[in-house]
Amino acid sequence: MPHMLTRSLDRAATTFILIVAACGVLIPLSNLLLPAGSALQVPTYLVALWGKYVCYAILALSIDLIWGYCGILSLGHGAFFALGGYAMGMYLMRQIGSRGVYGNPLLPDFMVFLNWSKLPWYWYGFDMFPFAALMVLLVPGLLAFCFGWLAFRSRVTGVYLSIITQAMTYALLLAFFRNDFGFGGNNGLTDFKDILGFNVQAEGTRAALFALSCLALIVAFLICRAVVSSKLGKVLIAIRDAESRTRFLGYRVESYKLFVFTLSACMAGVAGALYVPQVGIINPSEFAPGNSIEAVIWVAVGGRGTLVGAALGAIVVNYAKTFFTSGALAPYWLFMLGALFVLVTLLLPKGIVGTFNAWWEPFKAKQGDANAESAAREDGISEAKMAE
Amino acid sequence: MPAICLALLRSFIVSVVLIAFAAPAFAATFAESVGKFATDDFSDTEEAIGEVASSGNPLAYPIISALQDERLMFDADTKKVYIKQTDGKAIDAATGAAVDAIPDSASAVNLNNRLRRAVDAAIGGLTLMSPDASARLSAAQSVFKSHDESMLPTVEAALAKETNRSIKQALSEGRAAMLLFKSDASETDKLGAVATIKARGDQDALALLTEISGGDQPASVTKSASGAIASIQSSLAMWSGVQNAWYGLSLGSVLLLAAIGLAITFGVMGVINMAHGEMVMLGAYTTFAVQEVIRTSYPALFDYSLFIAVPLAFLVAGAIGILIERTVIRFLYGRPLETLLATWGLSLILQQAVRTAFGPTNREVGNPSWMSGAFDLGQITITYNRLWILCFTLAVFAILLAMLRYTALGLEMRAVTQNRRMAASMGIATSRVDALTFGLGSGIAGIAGVALSQIDNVSPNLGQSYIIDSFMVVVFGGVGNLWGTLVGAFTLGIANKFLEPVAGAVLGKIAILVLIILFIQKRPRGLFALKGRAVEA
Repeated sequence: MPHMLTRSLDRAATTFILIVAACGVLIPLSNLLLPAGSALQVPTYLVALWGKYVCYAILALSIDLIWGYCGILSLGHGAFFALGGYAMGMYLMRQIGSRGVYGNPLLPDFMVFLNWSKLPWYWYGFDMFPFAALMVLLVPGLLAFCFGWLAFRSRVTGVYLSIITQAMTYALLLAFFRNDFGFGGNNGLTDFKDILGFNVQAEGTRAALFALSCLALIVAFLICRAVVSSKLGKVLIAIRDAESRTRFLGYRVESYKLFVFTLSACMAGVAGALYVPQVGIINPSEFAPGNSIEAVIWVAVGGRGTLVGAALGAIVVNYAKTFFTSGALAPYWLFMLGALFVLVTLLLPKGIVGTFNAWWEPFKAKQGDANAESAAREDGISEAKMAE
Repeated sequence: MPAICLALLRSFIVSVVLIAFAAPAFAATFAESVGKFATDDFSDTEEAIGEVASSGNPLAYPIISALQDERLMFDADTKKVYIKQTDGKAIDAATGAAVDAIPDSASAVNLNNRLRRAVDAAIGGLTLMSPDASARLSAAQSVFKSHDESMLPTVEAALAKETNRSIKQALSEGRAAMLLFKSDASETDKLGAVATIKARGDQDALALLTEISGGDQPASVTKSASGAIASIQSSLAMWSGVQNAWYGLSLGSVLLLAAIGLAITFGVMGVINMAHGEMVMLGAYTTFAVQEVIRTSYPALFDYSLFIAVPLAFLVAGAIGILIERTVIRFLYGRPLETLLATWGLSLILQQAVRTAFGPTNREVGNPSWMSGAFDLGQITITYNRLWILCFTLAVFAILLAMLRYTALGLEMRAVTQNRRMAASMGIATSRVDALTFGLGSGIAGIAGVALSQIDNVSPNLGQSYIIDSFMVVVFGGVGNLWGTLVGAFTLGIANKFLEPVAGAVLGKIAILVLIILFIQKRPRGLFALKGRAVEA
């Protein structure tokens, strides 16, 4: 395993990991140790905001893994993200205990409000963190496994798959909006107090969550690198470029797709679970089909099939969103986002990182760095696919 | 003044009829009865209402209606009762003589809820003789609901005189209801009444029969009532099935209308147009704009607004569709996933543009007079707008089919769909056909917007609510096949409406989505799949 990891790390990947690790250590430290008002001190609200971006980056990585390397365009990955978030949210709700508005030691406020007398069975166990953490992986993973098993086995591909994943997240959106579904309906889960005994609002907790998110991003990145640079990854790329041909060569295309789809859903779930305590709320709007498509555009902007690009795209687009929606340009943000979709697909199909690689590659090749070249070619979208 | 004369005349007719057919009140003279209003005691007032209503005096109707509107004044000292007429003049209630002024010490006769019911019933009885047929009909229908047995003589009198068929029927149903609640009615009368109510056959009849069969009734009546209940229930179940089917057809026509343009762009061209919903929205806003112009400049044309809006919406949405195809989509042929993302971006831009131009709130689009209203068919109500939309949808579908089948453009479109290269080598300008096809699909979405503006809120988010449903219809029906879209839309519409009463609106919708996801496992290419090489292309 260590061998596989080091082999797969080229310079870009190493740089990425180092930067994320440095952020994960330095930002919390600067927030906690430096005095408030100091030029180098990162205010707490920025820590929470950047923590959100890091979670989005993990979601983008999970989408890049299936879209960039296996050609599965999921328009419902926001659903896995939200399910992970709800699992964490349920844990946080149970931690409120009797400090809720109604002071019921067992039932969350919204259940008391709905006159429920006892906890529904699917809320059992969420008072224990290990169980909730398991559910963060298991619920999105299981849904993705069932959904993928049905879809891939009957060879639902391309846009059909995109459309039914969108229908899936839409159906979940409608379901979670219902009060009697038992997840807080329209308002979702909020008003959290503690996580593992620490106050979620406290600066220290926020800094720790940020560091954890960075760690999760690095781990997710390493897992994705390990997958795409293994033999399995080569098969995935083959499936992306010529699914029928790969099948005729004797590979079980469904199993490969199912594996990578489920893995990706679990990663999205973890991203959602880290997102919820930092944002302080999870509600059904996270299931909105628009959110999932927006996550896809992060990957497209950064460069699909590059991993680093996906994370970069998530951070760049969301930074732009925060920047523009908070200023006088707010009414024009949707124009910009829309134009981003159009322009990136038309003019920058390889995304930022992919375009940079395409420009950098010949230059590097001249210097005779053959190894780097082959690695970069694996990373980029294959020439044959682009020519189509 | 003529109004008062008319009212007096009407009351006079009432009195003649009442004297002729109903038992006149012997117990008290009219003046004594009216005097009971002056005691300011609820039970006296109730007696007075009953006696006045059955007195047959021409003043009965003015008195009771004045009582209802709190215009009946009494003077506790002189025990006189006055009617304050709507024109401000006053008359003595007992004699009808004009009075110069009502004394200051007079106050209105008080009513409580029980008395208000008694007043309503009395007015109902008095209106049964009204010369206005619609007033008689509603009074006759209220008799069925109140089934107050004291009204029986009045109703029988009215029934004997009535000539209008539907009022007569309503009266006899009311009479039947009264007989069933009258403890001393004969068994044959009651059996006849059960039969009459069974023939009525609606929810109210069912409720009434259920109520009396629990009460103290002769065995034969209970038996016949329970038979009638069973028969009404089965006929109601049948009608609710018919109603669901109609709602389903109506929803199906809306789905078909929204999806039919998509069936062209997605089905025929293979282009995923996520901005399709926004084309529908543009059509709806075109209707709004047309109506605004008509409202301000040519109000007389309002009923024709939709005839102007339909071609205009087609042109607006079609032109924007062609523009989108020429500037964005043509660079993305063969890359469906990228097309999906780019058109999603376009949909955001269009939505925001409309939001900026027209504001984020719902805009009001009116129904022309020929589209408002409803009619009854058996036990169900059919609204004209739903009916017209169904007809309109089918017409659009037929025209589209004919266009694809018989026109040169249709031929070229089919040729390009089947084999692009071959079509190009035969001299067909494929890129022109692409643009026109996309324009056609978008234009039809615009037309759909005109129809949907009649039943839905016109807001910038209008398209969003239809896009997923439309895709479901096209995918379910099978891509590249208009008949598949037709069958898909009506199947989903009807299935949705039959699930709704069982599972509720939201759960029904979720169930449909899940069923489609499962269905796609079974038939990945839809109900009517294309066969052959085109499938893998």
